[in-house]
Amino acid sequence: MTTPEAGAAASAEAGSSPAHETILRGEALVRRYGGVPVASVDRIEVRSGEVLALLGPNGAGKSTLLRILAGLERPDAGRLVFRGREVRARDAELRRASACVFQRPYLWSGRVRDNVEFGLKARGVAPEERRRRTQAILDLLGIAALADAPVSTLSGGEARRVALARALVLEPQVLFLDEPTADLDVSIHRRFIEDVERAVRRSRRAVLLVTHLAPEAFALGDRIAVMECGRIVQEGTPEEIFEMPATEFAASFTGAEFLLRGRVRHAEGETVWVDLDTGGSLEARGRVATGAAVRVAYRPEDVVITVSGVEARSSARNRFEMRIAAARAYGSFVRLRLTGPGLTLVALITRHAMEDLGLRVSSIVTAQVKATALHTFETF
Amino acid sequence: MDLFRDTFREAAVLIASGDLYTWRTALLSLRISAAAAILGFIVGVPVGTAVALWGPRARTWGAAFVNTGLAFPPVVVGLFVYMLLSRRGPLGELELLFTPAAMILAQFILAGPYVAAITLAGVQQVPADLRLQAMGLGASRWRALWLQVREARGAILAGVAAGFGAAISEVGAVMIVGGNILEETRVLTTAIVLETRRGQFARAMAMGLILLAIAFAVNVAIAHWQQRQPRRIWT
Repeated sequence: MTTPEAGAAASAEAGSSPAHETILRGEALVRRYGGVPVASVDRIEVRSGEVLALLGPNGAGKSTLLRILAGLERPDAGRLVFRGREVRARDAELRRASACVFQRPYLWSGRVRDNVEFGLKARGVAPEERRRRTQAILDLLGIAALADAPVSTLSGGEARRVALARALVLEPQVLFLDEPTADLDVSIHRRFIEDVERAVRRSRRAVLLVTHLAPEAFALGDRIAVMECGRIVQEGTPEEIFEMPATEFAASFTGAEFLLRGRVRHAEGETVWVDLDTGGSLEARGRVATGAAVRVAYRPEDVVITVSGVEARSSARNRFEMRIAAARAYGSFVRLRLTGPGLTLVALITRHAMEDLGLRVSSIVTAQVKATALHTFETF
Repeated sequence: MDLFRDTFREAAVLIASGDLYTWRTALLSLRISAAAAILGFIVGVPVGTAVALWGPRARTWGAAFVNTGLAFPPVVVGLFVYMLLSRRGPLGELELLFTPAAMILAQFILAGPYVAAITLAGVQQVPADLRLQAMGLGASRWRALWLQVREARGAILAGVAAGFGAAISEVGAVMIVGGNILEETRVLTTAIVLETRRGQFARAMAMGLILLAIAFAVNVAIAHWQQRQPRRIWT
């Protein structure tokens, strides 16, 4: 079972690699509004080359925590350590090294170019260099044609891109994204997330993403911290959070789709054969070319469990002998973490079925998933 | 109705023929009130901005005080400035009474609150998060503050125009501190009072028309800026 402590220990191990050096750390941070604590976080670390997604419902204190970490708001208690040095709120060095994108674009009147150049001007970058970097970032986000447009003529999606460009152009060591896609149309939302992903992956910078949307956190986050009522209730890799949410809240929050990462070995029509990063392989659905890096999504309720040796009437091609590694009950359902040949699956069965089949942790079962229940998406 | 028709016709002739007395008076009016409005801008913008940034309780009181300034009766301001500049007053040694400088001071006291009040409303309308966003991009507090004030520039311009309009159309204060001296301190409003008393309706009407034209121009400027301000970009 993954407790918050275990999750923290696991991620501390991952942090030992030099590429993921901790750049910003919060310790025992507390922020109260009118005496009521809205954020109370024992420890949070933002590491270079890594996206930390802070996932939680509205009012969980995510944005407050972001503003504290960005040095924009003073905590009532706790320490903020930036590059090994304790810093106070509004620390000039921290603010110069970071850039924020908030829920609303907050563009100032003028042209797109003026907005994007703003932070560079504040940092005293020479005009020539300013123009060059602005052009590069506008190209990257596909809004170069809007460079001289007054911001009042932009659509909502374009305004978001400008807000993102305005932060990315600074090439910050830490990028803070506070619900950068709030209120965006579904169609624009997907493209915007892809843009963010492209821009973020391109660099080795640290990113703190605040979001209430699980798909966003799972698409972008290398680590996810689930926040509830001002506290971080669980922290870990997306897989860890997906497979074993620490609380019922986190379980409901992480959505129904689970992800496996891999590469397409062979594609034929809508059917693909995927070699998973963990060693196993699957047959799934998707319009993806051979060789593409993919994520395979499935719903735990689509994993059919039978006791080993008993023939199930199923046309599933994906049959695995697996061991129940963990089980956790949520109401009348039990979530099982299954480990097998080169893959880990999560299954959801009723408490009733669990008892009828006489299953317990370390039981060996047969897990089956139809190829049609496995959806493949290309990653970027 | 003959009186009105004839008066308008004569007034139009005076204006069109470039009557020196009429136009010199108008020019002096413009210069004094413009100076007062500029002073009002210099003092009113920082005051309005400061009050806008106060906490809710202090801001309520600050706004009440600034708005009280809008209701200053010009004659009372005239009395106050007269006493200030009179021989026995604290600034009597400057010998400014019955000079344009005294009129500028009085009109500044009337115009300043307009600039401050409308700046206050305008700056308050700009989301405070815009400042936070600027700081989140590495701007200093002052640069971020400047940005917020700059976003309220439409309101500030409207405030200056309103202050100028209030100054140029008031008569009580300039009458008291200026003295309505020909070619020195006679402005449109005091001239209108005098010419009306003399029965020189056409002269009074000519100046009244110029005053109306100025008021119209001021309001065109205000309306233009207000309509042009794009608000949705903040959100």
